[in-house]
Amino acid sequence: MKVNDIHEKLMAEFGDAVGPLTEPKIDPFAVVKGDRIVDISRFLKTTLGIELDHCNVISGVDWPKRNVIEVVYHLFSYRHRHGIVLKVEADRAKPVVPSVEGVWKTANWMERECYDLLGVEFTGHPDLRRILLPDDWEGYPLRKDYQEHGGYHGISNERENPLVELRRLDEKRKAERPPAAPAPQAAPPAPSTPVAPATPAKA
Amino acid sequence: MERLILRRVGKPEDEMLINFGPQHPSTHGVLNFLVETDGEVMKRAVPEIGYLHRALEKIGEAVSYPGFMPYTDRIDYVAAMFANEGYAIAVEKLLKLEVPPRAQWLRAISCELCRIASHLVAVGAMASDIGASTPLVHALRERETLNDLIEALCGARLTYNYHRIGGVAYDMPTGWRDRVLKYLDHFDTYIQEFDRLISFNAIYVKRLANVAVISKAAAIDYGLVGPNLRGSGMDWDVRRDAPYGAYPSFNFEVPVGRGFQGTIGDAYDRYFVRMLEMAQSSRITRQALETMPEGETMAKVPRKIKPEAGEALSRVESARGEMAYYVISDGTDKAYRVRARTGSFTAMSIIEDISPGLMVADLIALIASFDVVAPEIDR
Repeated sequence: MKVNDIHEKLMAEFGDAVGPLTEPKIDPFAVVKGDRIVDISRFLKTTLGIELDHCNVISGVDWPKRNVIEVVYHLFSYRHRHGIVLKVEADRAKPVVPSVEGVWKTANWMERECYDLLGVEFTGHPDLRRILLPDDWEGYPLRKDYQEHGGYHGISNERENPLVELRRLDEKRKAERPPAAPAPQAAPPAPSTPVAPATPAKA
Repeated sequence: MERLILRRVGKPEDEMLINFGPQHPSTHGVLNFLVETDGEVMKRAVPEIGYLHRALEKIGEAVSYPGFMPYTDRIDYVAAMFANEGYAIAVEKLLKLEVPPRAQWLRAISCELCRIASHLVAVGAMASDIGASTPLVHALRERETLNDLIEALCGARLTYNYHRIGGVAYDMPTGWRDRVLKYLDHFDTYIQEFDRLISFNAIYVKRLANVAVISKAAAIDYGLVGPNLRGSGMDWDVRRDAPYGAYPSFNFEVPVGRGFQGTIGDAYDRYFVRMLEMAQSSRITRQALETMPEGETMAKVPRKIKPEAGEALSRVESARGEMAYYVISDGTDKAYRVRARTGSFTAMSIIEDISPGLMVADLIALIASFDVVAPEIDR
């Protein structure tokens, strides 16, 4: 089945909750309404002939200009070797998307990652907590306007370029060293026998 | 600060709570499991990841398209070729770029050699985790020669940075083909030696057969990919079923778990599928060396890579299964978003749900049989 056919079936089932398929410039996708995503997912997974059993990637994308955060679902069917890309748009100020963990188990961790890095709240998720960053991390790093903090629990994340530090040390040493004496005309002859070490002074 | 992970496990008065990791030799990197045990039997093992998170996806938004290629090496440093290839294919899709045939063949050869090297680490480390330390030494010895061959090809032993957007960095050096063929002749017999050494060892089989069985349905549901998926009896390989690059030109079989020593989908199946895959990789490499076309190794790529706005997903069969890169371009010379989907990440997510009832020692067999690599989980 081609992606257009899957999309037509979706349109027939869910009406205007499914947006148009974009022009297939590279990979086409369809924007769907967030509150229907669970029904749509279940329909795509269970309908005979579609059976998108492989939830390949769930990613989040921040679009500050349009004031939305997109959650992108790349779905695929092992049996029929076809797939579709769905997108859900959530309000950037308070992004809330229903969780599809009940449809594909793999969504559990992928949604946790999306929550961790972009701050999308997945309603109905059984275990929504940060996954890659520590529990008390502030902010969502993959948002475009994320500002790094000065550090984390006293561990600084800023460091001077080590080359700058080296150059400063070099200059300091050069300033401390006395001006070099003129080189002697002829090198002194090398001693033929090694110099005996000085006898240690007796205590 | 309360660790939220503690809400996932029971009260410590009832069961014993053990921290397994983050520093533990058999966690294959830095991983932490909170193990709730009743004697030797686990009630649950909750993985905690993120110790090696380096924000590579964020870096991908900050550097130019070719500039991200060295970073992809760091996503999976045991099998870096695939990370290179996946990213290159995604950007080529955005640019609508045709890669010259010779470059595609070189990509296939380098990737298959890398797959053998990665699987050698997987099976060797697995034996070492189970308690047999000799096979690891043998496997690393074999991998050493492979590293030499790849070093001769691209100058690096682990973080290759060999693939480029539009081709590969270097053609193969003089005499390299014969060196590879000579090594493969040795390697094909060596696999049998390795099998005699450990694969059919009675203790080893007992430790792995019928342990941590994952059904086909569960494997698909949890998004397991690659050898872990095939170990559960699913006949699927991106190279054959969603082909890319030079792979349609080669004949090879896709090994599938059949319950070699126990049940379909047990730890032994996942192990043995990798052993069989190495032989197939050797077969692909031979074919590729034989049918290598002449020509350029790089397509004509503009100096400044600026794909038009759009998005693309690339899928490659990495040593750890399907690796996908989702790249969005907004028309500038930097990617708007880079997303890497890795096999280890999804493999880790199943552990909490299949751990109940396993022995603590079997958790190690389970992690080893997934062949997870910590930086690939955390990126």
